[in-house]
Amino acid sequence: MSTFFLFSAAFLACVVEMVEALTIILATGITRGWRSTLIGASLAALLLAVIIALFGATTATLIPIEFLRLVVGGFLLIFGLQWLRKAILRASGLKALHDEELIFSKQLSTLGKVSPSGQGVIDWVGFTVSFKGVFLEGLEVAFIVVTFGASSTAGAGVDGVMVASAGALAAFVLVAIVGLLVHRPLAQVPENTMKFAVGLMLAAFGTFWAGEGAGVEWPLADATILVLLAVYSVFAFAAVALLKRSAQRSLATA
Amino acid sequence: MKVLYSFGAFWWDFLVGDAWEVAAGVVATLAAVMLLVTVAPTAAELTGLLVVLAVVVLMGASLAREASRH
Repeated sequence: MSTFFLFSAAFLACVVEMVEALTIILATGITRGWRSTLIGASLAALLLAVIIALFGATTATLIPIEFLRLVVGGFLLIFGLQWLRKAILRASGLKALHDEELIFSKQLSTLGKVSPSGQGVIDWVGFTVSFKGVFLEGLEVAFIVVTFGASSTAGAGVDGVMVASAGALAAFVLVAIVGLLVHRPLAQVPENTMKFAVGLMLAAFGTFWAGEGAGVEWPLADATILVLLAVYSVFAFAAVALLKRSAQRSLATA
Repeated sequence: MKVLYSFGAFWWDFLVGDAWEVAAGVVATLAAVMLLVTVAPTAAELTGLLVVLAVVVLMGASLAREASRH
């Protein structure tokens, strides 16, 4: 049960980050050429793989599991609530939806102002933009994989990291296939819906782990995550409905 | 120096974002739970409810604050 949720949470969270990285790769590849773009993206991915391996092993063996759960759970809870908060505000119309098409066209016009530096050599603009984009988005993926994985199973953090890594790998395969098929930013992917679901899952996992780390004894053990997910979902949908009504009332009185 | 600043800014934006009260509230809640469990170990089961209530109140207050700006 917890393995399935761990896999799903890592998968969903990583899909969100990877769609953003894919947008940068596509924009850079089309305007600066695919060779330098893919070299930059590959090197960033390689560096991230090393970070995950080093950080994962260190956290799983050197830091006490309760302390790790408190810190990591606290981070996840804060990060998840921030994500959920933005998703609620977007769903209720109080914040603009993230526009991947607009970002894509902005990146295209910015990159198009600088011409490629020639054939057969590395185009550093394409390389740097691609490397930076993949590395920054990938760091978030690394954070998700390490934190989800290391704190999911007491005394066997490596297994958790493997499950979270499998979730990230599945997300990578899915996003890469979609990217290859459509060859343009995935504006039609309902990003806010994804962020809404991920925010809920991160908040539920974060509450559970941070609580355990702080000394809470959850009465239903791992099944508590389901209860937390249900409570936060009810709260989030109620918040969207209330904020929507409030926004409509403000418009009517304006 | 610029690298350190960028690194700090990335993590600040990643965790704190534009709602510092949520981050601060979570830290304060977890600190309060640790204190409660230390003082009264028998209350360990009830503190879970406290965490969930605190999260709901924090989010509600933060969303209400944001809504009042519009």
